[in-house]
Amino acid sequence: MSTQKHWTIAAAADALAKGEVSSRELTDQHIKAIEDNRILNAFITESFDVARERADASDARRAKGDVAGPMDGVPIAMKDLFCTEGVRTTAASHILENFVPRYESTVSGKLRDAGSVMLGKANLDEFAMGSANITSYFGSVKNPWTPKGANADLVPGGSSGGSVAAVSGGVAIAATGTDTGGSIRQPASFTGLVGMKPTYGRCSRWGVVAFASSLDQAGPIAHTVEDAAIMFEAMAGYDPKDSTSLDMPVPDCRAAVAAGAGGDAKGLRVGIPKEYTLDGMPADIQKLWDQGVTWLKDMGAEIKDVSLPHTKYALPTYYIVAPAEASSNLARYDGVRYGLRVPGGSLDEMYELTRAEGFGDEVQRRIMIGTYVLSAGYYDAYYVKAQQVRTLIANDFKSVFNDVDVVLTPTAPSAAFAKGEKMDDPIAMYLNDVFTVPASLAGLPAMSVPGGLDANGLPLGLQLISGVCQEETLFRAAAALEHAAGFTAKAGDAS
Amino acid sequence: MSLNEDDVRKIAFLARIRVDEARLAPLADELNNIVGWVEQLSEVDTNGIAPMTSAVDIVTPLRKDVVNDGDKVEDILANAPDREGPFFAVPKVVE
Repeated sequence: MSTQKHWTIAAAADALAKGEVSSRELTDQHIKAIEDNRILNAFITESFDVARERADASDARRAKGDVAGPMDGVPIAMKDLFCTEGVRTTAASHILENFVPRYESTVSGKLRDAGSVMLGKANLDEFAMGSANITSYFGSVKNPWTPKGANADLVPGGSSGGSVAAVSGGVAIAATGTDTGGSIRQPASFTGLVGMKPTYGRCSRWGVVAFASSLDQAGPIAHTVEDAAIMFEAMAGYDPKDSTSLDMPVPDCRAAVAAGAGGDAKGLRVGIPKEYTLDGMPADIQKLWDQGVTWLKDMGAEIKDVSLPHTKYALPTYYIVAPAEASSNLARYDGVRYGLRVPGGSLDEMYELTRAEGFGDEVQRRIMIGTYVLSAGYYDAYYVKAQQVRTLIANDFKSVFNDVDVVLTPTAPSAAFAKGEKMDDPIAMYLNDVFTVPASLAGLPAMSVPGGLDANGLPLGLQLISGVCQEETLFRAAAALEHAAGFTAKAGDAS
Repeated sequence: MSLNEDDVRKIAFLARIRVDEARLAPLADELNNIVGWVEQLSEVDTNGIAPMTSAVDIVTPLRKDVVNDGDKVEDILANAPDREGPFFAVPKVVE
């Protein structure tokens, strides 16, 4: 592994402010680390020229006393789902292999304007469909963590697998992710990082390659809760170009982090949902969850047992809603306006051949499921039914948040698993998201915070969920939890 | 409801994805596995429950009906697989 120091955004901002390091030096260090760790396959496209240019511009701004904020000069990875002007954007798909956007997504543009330095476009599951980063057309991503005493290659989780590999592998200070059913939180849990999904609508979806529009939400992946707050504040905000964007001020999450950082959870009401106990859940995960309860209680939180009765229906609901929306969104890849074209004798044949060659197996499977559940005669039985159950799931949370401020659960039902496991059965893979999907369906903000290591020395995350637009509460609780957990392990420590 | 090869052929055409004849049967099995699993939702009582249309209650924003974008022909055609002048080019559609 890299001997690269694991910088946090906060530490980098501090060192840059004191003149102890320049953005160009930080950027060059990280470029070197990327070059030395290509075995991770964390990036689909490296953008080192762009990075050096932005680093120099950041240093020039700083020399003039014109610093854009704590992200200014900080090298980050950009999930390859955000359209970036002049830098290839593939969504990890053959169908977009040569797509070079002529415009910048709102979120990546905000991060650029905040002065951050884009090192490259991070690998992911194709169109963000997956939980192990094994469906990328550009190859799977290797988890920088290895189990104690074994030499197995583990998956980094997904779909934001390249983003978490880059940060936990020490080759980027932080990264963007997108989360449709758990794609930020589950990989963060698999790699000992903080991953945060904002309230639906906080971060603009404009310019983000669409998967399931009613669920897709961008968010930060970082080493610490404080870093996640800094980056979230830079990414979020109203955007008239996204009709589902929330027109309200971005909350002061850094102040919320400061409030919880000393281990203060006084007055915080924490709900423990009994439906999140699964048969056959690894003992280490139950143990960490119990430990999380004790930590919060010891810091002054009030613990309450709560019930979210429709939890078991969240995953099947998701696997109707998400493929339905995906089948509609991905209809645009027709070989006409951009992307791959495979010639055919007729227009229909051209469409069919293009899409058969351009999309991988999992994407094709989901498009077909979505096409089926939306087709004439089945729409009410599947799609409308799923949207009704979704209302019930959201109502469960609404009623729980009358009594508590946050809900505490495990992030994922397992630690990172070996490449090759769970690959034969799509449903076994889908179960990875059993704890993350309910908050996605309800549009709620949620965060995975590293809690500890399992018996194999692999990281496990705890998930906090708060009510709609209650990001400040979420960050305060997460900062307290992070303080209590005192998680300092890094990938490569054990090997 | 169980999907057979004919159903899969029809779905694949609706989705405009070419599926080889030999793949129809295994694909029917894969799709049936998933469809069978999601059908557990039928046991949920949803009488009188409104389908969720938006995760957060917001009023759909309106904007003035004015032109605020345009004149981007070269940007729009920049990634086109084939073009003729300022147009996308496709195989002959009308015989």
